[in-house]
Amino acid sequence: MTELAWIDLALRSARPRALGALLRYFRDLDSAEEAFQEACLSALKKWPENGPPRDPTAWLIFVGRNAAIDAMRRRKKQTALPSEELISDLDDTEAALAERLDGAHYRDDILRLLFICCHPDLPATQQIALALRIICGLSVAQIARAFVVGETAMEQRITRAKSRIAGAEVPFETPGPVERAERLGAVSVVIYLMFNEGYSATGGAAHTRAALCEEAIRLARLLLRLFQAEPELMGLLALMLLQHARASARLDADGAIVLLEDQDRRLWNRPLISEGVALLDKALRHQRRGAYQVQAAIAALHASAARPEDTDWRQIELLYASLERLQPSPIVTLNRAVAVSKVHGPAAALTMIEALAPQLVGYFHFFGVKGALLMQLGRAEEGRVALDRAIALANTPAEAAHIRMQIDRLLKERTPSAAVRAR
Amino acid sequence: MLYAILCYDSEDIVGAWTKEQDETAMAKLGEVQAALTHEGKLGPVARLMPTTAAMTLRKGRESLVIDGPFAETKEQLLGFFVVDCVSLDDAIDAARRLGAASSSGGAYEIRPIAIFNPGIGVT
Repeated sequence: MTELAWIDLALRSARPRALGALLRYFRDLDSAEEAFQEACLSALKKWPENGPPRDPTAWLIFVGRNAAIDAMRRRKKQTALPSEELISDLDDTEAALAERLDGAHYRDDILRLLFICCHPDLPATQQIALALRIICGLSVAQIARAFVVGETAMEQRITRAKSRIAGAEVPFETPGPVERAERLGAVSVVIYLMFNEGYSATGGAAHTRAALCEEAIRLARLLLRLFQAEPELMGLLALMLLQHARASARLDADGAIVLLEDQDRRLWNRPLISEGVALLDKALRHQRRGAYQVQAAIAALHASAARPEDTDWRQIELLYASLERLQPSPIVTLNRAVAVSKVHGPAAALTMIEALAPQLVGYFHFFGVKGALLMQLGRAEEGRVALDRAIALANTPAEAAHIRMQIDRLLKERTPSAAVRAR
Repeated sequence: MLYAILCYDSEDIVGAWTKEQDETAMAKLGEVQAALTHEGKLGPVARLMPTTAAMTLRKGRESLVIDGPFAETKEQLLGFFVVDCVSLDDAIDAARRLGAASSSGGAYEIRPIAIFNPGIGVT
């Protein structure tokens, strides 16, 4: 790896910690960002000359803070400029600083930074955009590409979000355990939204979207290293790793969705799957069930089936039932119905989902599942109506194409006897 | 004489490598490993999973299992075991038995192995 590539990676990975600490000093996002920017510029100048510092993060915090204080003084037209000589000789100071910054401080700094970007007052799209810009350091252009919007529109979205949180009060005192848990919960939700934003996308921007998944995974890893005994954090990271492991099998050459049961399982990323399973094992030892852990367990069961027919649907059905209790939602019930259809047949599943109809009238997956179940029961005409409804409700051309493909297949699969009965 | 070569680096940075960077690094290491194998020098090689997957067993009269990697700096790495277990609990149990057999303090970090190459049987 070239030196420049190394510096780039070091700056990127130091960013959340350094920015979090600078935010604690300046209590203002713009000042913290500016200070970090200054520190990065110094790093690009100094590190190639003097070699990288022992603790890049501590170096960046120290230099960033001095540069910002310096700028403030200059603005106030005062003299006193300690600068260059003082900050260029960092060895001892840096070591002492690293000692002080260790552990606990970082934890709450980073959590605060994340929490500010994930502020509940912001709509989800702004939360994600802000987190990508500020914490992950992605450029506005990169984020705009990932969301498939223009750069100006994204710039505006981020500016709006920033001015909105500038007015919101986020306490800078060390949070208590309850508050910390709440912040972790809010931040986890946004990390998972960020992941899903990348995961659910299809089409030409697939690789720029994959970057969202990777950033979300990186953030979850960072948090888990700071909060090592949080089973839901382990569950969240496990869930994302297990889903991301299937990334290269999920879309075909034309960018169309490939169903789980049709995916080429040799394309699944085995190391990611093993890591996800290892994390889940760790989480389950705590015996504190949570929605992320249950979803990760479902993903792990899919990932560990060598062939689609080896899938343990009975266990998956139980897990969805437990998810329903933890996080009641018609969409979870719909997913459980799919598992029920595999275990108890389509009739039982159809009865289950019919009750959901009023809540899911606008949800294309609902009609997709309903249509498929009706087809399996040989009720072709009704099935066709449901699937047409699904096509009409599809959000993207890829989703519509996917339903059409499903119809073709169902029509092909129908046994002659079922076809006769349908008539 | 057998030597262990222990690999230390910043997990943040190595973890942020792109797939291509990672593959390049692994391919370069692979060439050296092939040469060492050819010379009859290479024993087992392991790449560990990230520390987020680690557990630590604190030895002592009542052993204590905690989440996360071994983080103290006043103790040094003195050795390691590789065990093939059906579950994390099974691995922790193996660590407990080993811990009970060595009277000293200290800790065992239990970390899943991501890539394992048993190597030729160097003796």
